[in-house]
Amino acid sequence: MAAALLRRASTSPSACLLRPLSGRLFSSSSDETVLSIETSVPFTGHKIEPPSRMVDTTPKELLSFFSDMALMRRMEIAADSLYKAKLIRGFCHLYDGQEAVAVGMEAAITKADGIITAYRDHCTFLGRGGNLVQAFSELMGRQAGCSNGKGGSMHFYKKDASFYGGHGIVGAQVPLGCGVAFAQKYNKEGAVTFALYGDGAANQGQLFEALNISALWDLPAILVCENNHYGMGTAEWRAAKSPAYYKRGDYVPGLKVDGMDALAVKQACKFAKEYALANGPIILEMDTYRYHGHSMSDPGSTYRTRDEISGVRQVSRERDPIERVRKLILAHDIAPASELKDIEKEVRKQVDDAIAQAKESPMPDASELFTNVYVKGYGAEVIYL
Amino acid sequence: MASLQMAALLSAPSTPVPSDRVRLGALRLSASSSSAARNGGALVVRSEAKVSGGGASARGLSLITHAVAEKAAAASSADSKPGHELLLFEALREGLDEEMERDPTVCVMGEDVGHYGGSYKVTKGLATKYGDLRVLDTPIAENSFTGMGIGSAMTGLRPVVEGMNMGFLLLAYNQISNNCGMLHYTSGGQFKIPIVIRGPGGVGRQLGAEHSQRLESYFQSIPGLQMVACSTPYNAKGLMKAAIRSENPVVLFEHVLLYNLKERIPDEEYVLSLEEAEMVRPGEHVTILTYSRMRYHVMQAAKTLVNKGYDPEVIDIRSLKPFDLYTIGNSIKKTHRVLIVEECMRTGGIGASLRSAIIDNFWDYLDAPILCLSSQDVPTPYAGTLENWTVVQPEQIVAAVEQLCK
Repeated sequence: MAAALLRRASTSPSACLLRPLSGRLFSSSSDETVLSIETSVPFTGHKIEPPSRMVDTTPKELLSFFSDMALMRRMEIAADSLYKAKLIRGFCHLYDGQEAVAVGMEAAITKADGIITAYRDHCTFLGRGGNLVQAFSELMGRQAGCSNGKGGSMHFYKKDASFYGGHGIVGAQVPLGCGVAFAQKYNKEGAVTFALYGDGAANQGQLFEALNISALWDLPAILVCENNHYGMGTAEWRAAKSPAYYKRGDYVPGLKVDGMDALAVKQACKFAKEYALANGPIILEMDTYRYHGHSMSDPGSTYRTRDEISGVRQVSRERDPIERVRKLILAHDIAPASELKDIEKEVRKQVDDAIAQAKESPMPDASELFTNVYVKGYGAEVIYL
Repeated sequence: MASLQMAALLSAPSTPVPSDRVRLGALRLSASSSSAARNGGALVVRSEAKVSGGGASARGLSLITHAVAEKAAAASSADSKPGHELLLFEALREGLDEEMERDPTVCVMGEDVGHYGGSYKVTKGLATKYGDLRVLDTPIAENSFTGMGIGSAMTGLRPVVEGMNMGFLLLAYNQISNNCGMLHYTSGGQFKIPIVIRGPGGVGRQLGAEHSQRLESYFQSIPGLQMVACSTPYNAKGLMKAAIRSENPVVLFEHVLLYNLKERIPDEEYVLSLEEAEMVRPGEHVTILTYSRMRYHVMQAAKTLVNKGYDPEVIDIRSLKPFDLYTIGNSIKKTHRVLIVEECMRTGGIGASLRSAIIDNFWDYLDAPILCLSSQDVPTPYAGTLENWTVVQPEQIVAAVEQLCK
């Protein structure tokens, strides 16, 4: 079947498009049609020529973006309710608004590439192949959780998918991530590691130390700043003299990306992976936004206005990642609005089912208190009171 | 130079304070007002206290010799008791506010302490009152801003550095150990570090391993550092003020779960002694030494123990470094049995050091081995049930006392 290239006629997202010659309305059989779509904004480079803003994608990919992000969104909203019902306790940091980063990144890489992040990790875990039951069980402290209920919201990991967590005290994950990259180079794996951090943690000294070493040793490390513009209650301009995080690497090149455009994220990560394998570290700054407060204990409205929050979401401003993909799907006639609604309903059901299943998982056994402190069989004594 | 330690010993409502408790370790205490009126169980002892100037008007530093409610007229009908009621985090704030007003060299630095008001509201409103230069919002850079706090203290400023959670201060360990602790010594006494490092620590409600740490065990070996742990609104305010006035670096340990404790504290100004332990419940059978949140588990166990016919003496040691061996020793000489209840982990915790100190000093007075109940040597798990088993529970305290008193 001839692949028809659809080109966007103008920069306006809702502009009319050239229809494929076949004139098909719903393309289940043209799932692999390559579409070239322009990102919302061009990339900005620091000491590097940025990639093209025309991103190749397929209807299948766009639909998967939609359903994956809808699932992540639904999971986070459900976590909000569970927290308020006191089934999730302690700290719970939600990712809604930032889904495009997790989803776009996965589209560009494989499970051999590593990802490490801080505590806003539920969706990253899902993106790496974690399932909802493991996620909800962990959030509720049950045995079926990905850390057997012992880690909690901030400590999700998935070794078989090269997901290295899940860290509570920010900053420390970046040297860890560079260490994973070091091992990848050492073992000649041909893989890269993405070390994610926020605009708050971007001011940690250890980041620059790790970056320096990674640059010296040409490690395949990609530092990704998920800039949602607030470090808990402190806006970026109050914490960073230079909030141009993609430039902070100085001698390390950087790219600024619209982090709410999944296609832009995909393009940037693909570009970064190629670069890092050949040359060493690179920084990506994802310009994104979180709808919830810093965590469930923070309303998120004492340091930002409600207008700002709703302004980012509004469809007319097109920043919401899910709405953007929905519009693309509708504009390219990939699926009708009703199908998308069905996907959202299905996703809701999946989440509800997972929660029900997670609730049935028991709390960890008392003996679990002492397991995995050390690796078994190596002579360490455990003293019981 | 301000000499500090004005100790106002206003007893807690039901605990009369014997007069021999007025000695405060190495601190001087003038008996100028030992004509202290003893009225309704209240005793105020006034020591010499000079206010460090710097142009600050001492906010009517009215030390009164007896704490009878002079303000009764001003109080509402519902408020016929002296003092005012507040929550622990408010008491900390009150102490901080009073010291900042009194002394312009006192400043606060930490993450989200200013405009946000503090993640536990200890600094709420202070930024509006004192401005951005005295209540400083730092980026997330603990190593650096703690170091900067220490550096500014070397010149004479009195910073109060907040770790949003004590665990974050591990990033600043080098600064705290090497600079804070050592500079006075290595400079031959030239530099003083009158810094206060404070923040919430301890096991909370399922906060996860990294946010449930107890740093008192890590810091206790650092020479030159003083450590105190507050546990009630009354001692929180008093210790905060004392820590700020101290010429030594003081680490003030607060606890995540104690911020909302409510208590009625005096209206008049008071400062507590950093080196002093607090007698919570006098008794005869066994000395229970504890601090911070475990005090409440101990008091809960004490209720059960009293019903079973035991008479435990409960001491909140408050001063984690140095230990108030005077108070502790007096107690051991009376009861001959010691139980330590702490939230630190067993290995290398405060209890371990306290045990050694007691053995060294009071071995002859002991009729039984010293028992120490500590948290398990594991990272704090997230699951609620596991987390409960990590820390000492009242039932274990009761069992330990029964074993001791066999």
